Amino acid sequence: MLRFIVFRLLQAIPVLFVVISATFFLVRQAPGGPFDAEKPVIPAVKRALEAKYNLDQSLFQQYLSYMGDLVQGDMGPSFKYPGWAVQDLIASGFPVTAELGIYALLIALLVGTSAGVFASLKPNTRQDYIPMSVAMIGICMPTFLLGPLLVLVFGIWLEWLPISGWGDLPGDKILPSITLGAAYAAYIARLSRGGMLEVMSQDYIRTARAKGLPEHVVVLKHALRGGLVPVVAYLGPAFAGLLSGSFVVETIFQIPGLGRFYVQAAFNRDYTMILGTTIFLSTLIVLFNLLSDVIATWMNPRLRDSLRGGPQ
Amino acid sequence: MCCALPVVACVQMESKTILSLFLSVSLLGCIKGETNVEQGNREGVLHFGNYGEPQGVDPHVATGVPEHHIIGALFEGLVQKNPNSLAIEPAVAERWTVSDDGRVYTFTIRNNAVWSNGDKVTAADFEWSWWRALQPALASSYVFMYFPIKNAEAYFNQQLTDFADVGIKAIDEKTFRVELDAPAPYFLQLLDHYALFPVHRLTVEKFGEPDESYTRWTRPENIVSNGPFLLDEWRLFKYLSVKKNPNYWDASKVKLNAIRFYPIDKQTTEERMFRAGQLHRTEEVPIDRIPWYRENRPELLKIAPYIGTYLYRINTGKPHLADVRVRQALSMSVDRRRLIDTVLNGLFTPAFSVVPPGLLGYEPPDVFTYDPDKARQLLSDAGYPGGKGYPGLEIQYNTHEQHRKIAIAIQQMWREELGINVRLQNKDWKVYLDDETTGNFDASRGGWIGDYVDPNTFMDIWTAASGVNRTGFSNEEFDRLVLQQAPNAKDHDTRLQIFQEAERLFLEHMPVVPLYTYSSKHLAHPSVKGLYSNYMDYYNFRYVSLVPDSTSGKPN
Repeated sequence: MLRFIVFRLLQAIPVLFVVISATFFLVRQAPGGPFDAEKPVIPAVKRALEAKYNLDQSLFQQYLSYMGDLVQGDMGPSFKYPGWAVQDLIASGFPVTAELGIYALLIALLVGTSAGVFASLKPNTRQDYIPMSVAMIGICMPTFLLGPLLVLVFGIWLEWLPISGWGDLPGDKILPSITLGAAYAAYIARLSRGGMLEVMSQDYIRTARAKGLPEHVVVLKHALRGGLVPVVAYLGPAFAGLLSGSFVVETIFQIPGLGRFYVQAAFNRDYTMILGTTIFLSTLIVLFNLLSDVIATWMNPRLRDSLRGGPQ
Repeated sequence: MCCALPVVACVQMESKTILSLFLSVSLLGCIKGETNVEQGNREGVLHFGNYGEPQGVDPHVATGVPEHHIIGALFEGLVQKNPNSLAIEPAVAERWTVSDDGRVYTFTIRNNAVWSNGDKVTAADFEWSWWRALQPALASSYVFMYFPIKNAEAYFNQQLTDFADVGIKAIDEKTFRVELDAPAPYFLQLLDHYALFPVHRLTVEKFGEPDESYTRWTRPENIVSNGPFLLDEWRLFKYLSVKKNPNYWDASKVKLNAIRFYPIDKQTTEERMFRAGQLHRTEEVPIDRIPWYRENRPELLKIAPYIGTYLYRINTGKPHLADVRVRQALSMSVDRRRLIDTVLNGLFTPAFSVVPPGLLGYEPPDVFTYDPDKARQLLSDAGYPGGKGYPGLEIQYNTHEQHRKIAIAIQQMWREELGINVRLQNKDWKVYLDDETTGNFDASRGGWIGDYVDPNTFMDIWTAASGVNRTGFSNEEFDRLVLQQAPNAKDHDTRLQIFQEAERLFLEHMPVVPLYTYSSKHLAHPSVKGLYSNYMDYYNFRYVSLVPDSTSGKPN
């Protein structure tokens, strides 16, 4: 197992290198630059700005000096918010996005697996159709619709919950977490239903039932572990998706998270910020994929055994 | 087993139990006290929607509206504007004199003007601050605001190296003298722009070189300022708050205890926050929501003419747009009234000139009107009767719902009235700017907001050397009128006449199609007093107060 993890970590290095280099050169190909504006700065000012950010050097020189700084942990100042280093901005936005992502994922897991397992117990009955129809709606409904809808109902009509901010007013974390988690809950519901149905038809479940075990023991002890493997495999990509895809929710609810930085950086041609957030998020995605592979392996005895001899 | 724990916990629950669990979580959150507005009214804290996260609060480096609001609260220049009449009033300077030829301004700095650390504000502070703003390495975007001052531009471009030759001088501790190249009637207005505000020398130098931008001197724990408010807390992408400055020379007149500026870039989010009582005032109103407010809560809606013109640039360098008759036909065939009434909820004023009417008594020349018959005739004279043989053209606009709607309406009008084929091209902001700058467009949506109340701010942008021009329009006579004759006009009326002549010349060449004059639009809670509507959409927070009345904190 350890060799497997180390091997996967080593694999990640060239992946990240390619991501960084491709991003560095691609963002420079986009038309327009960070200092373009409706009212153009006068040429002397523009030259001074370009000198300040080394944009007057050749692209390859800039690449080398960026890589040099990066190795030392310096991502440079943001072009759009020059008073702050990119790593400072990430450090201020990431905890918020991570917290939002964790709440959303917990909601998604709690609601999704419960609904999925519940539906799978009596397939093709009303107990199955109703939660699965709701899940289908959940998958189809985009967050930019669900968010404002929840705001309208719970924030403005019922006046139960605050509709913006993060940690400023009591309860202001509830609506964004539900909005972000909803689509994932729906997907997890379908995944866990499918996984459970497959497992429930296996021989060892029949054996368990034949032993005379009560149904809840069969479901909880024997079926669940195998039935949820697809869900666990999905968790890594899901959490990475929650982190990089929280932009819409952060905008709707006025949350100071990383997602907003990421998208705005692209619009602003904020080169250092685009690179910084891309590097950070791609590193996270690599790590989460690894983590979910490890957990899935640990949960699935066959995979676990196949790894005994080292990575194939 | 840990990761499966929540699953185990809830598989035993019935769906009803789960639902009630969620309801109780929600209910926990709604033991919700008063709204921001109610709390703000009680404590004198203004909750202010402020469009975007400020890039910084260094007056010499900043650009942009959100920065403008914040810096206006933190710093103060020699003069300020009355937010009601926009008349110039004394600020750090208690009085000033202007020489007979209008070139030399002598300011007397008031005795009780102090920095927030207790140091006196002196003439030397202004001299040093303005020297700093003119350092090329600082790369101040608004440095051109200094260029009416004698030799300032030459010094900035390093054609002159001795700052003593620039018309900026501290005569003694309290006397500050400024000499201009030529009389500029709008010069006092410039002094209220943050680019000409003073900064505290020792503080700036403590955290870096004077010409170094974005050092730590503007962080809340370091900053020293001289305005009615002090920087208190700066939480990135959440809010920036300022509190009353007890050392401010006119502190007894400042009514607010604090202001919290929220960086909200999404108009719909901002409007929802306002409705939920989380904001006193919004920076914008989504245009689709205007009819609702007009109908139901007109007292919350603040709409006022705004010093800006929405227009389409026409690329005069393209062969099929080089003929002035084609450009005139394009402009005359647009029914601006219908455009505004149908697409824009009747919000703006039709524009037949680039300078909005009424700037210091300026009335734009009467060059053209909506006249589709004449437009067809002009197009026919240009060799395209009924649009036949015309290659068609493309309208480019940056991604925004409103720009798209306007472009569709204009596409329709040009098609119907002139019979020409029009394509729409939606572009990302930076791509759009790049294509406009490099001349890769036919017609491009644009807008211009005046920097000060004077026709000059709408005219000098169309001179040949201006970076804002971007139409290929270049006319020596126009440049001579705007750059040489107008500044040296013997009196105000003559100057206005010169601008009128220049604008007539400009509109006859029609390198742009003016569409409408902007309006500023905000939502404001009834408890907010002193946020006057004016032409510049200018606020002076010294005048703002919160007077709670019987209405609840939530406006709907």
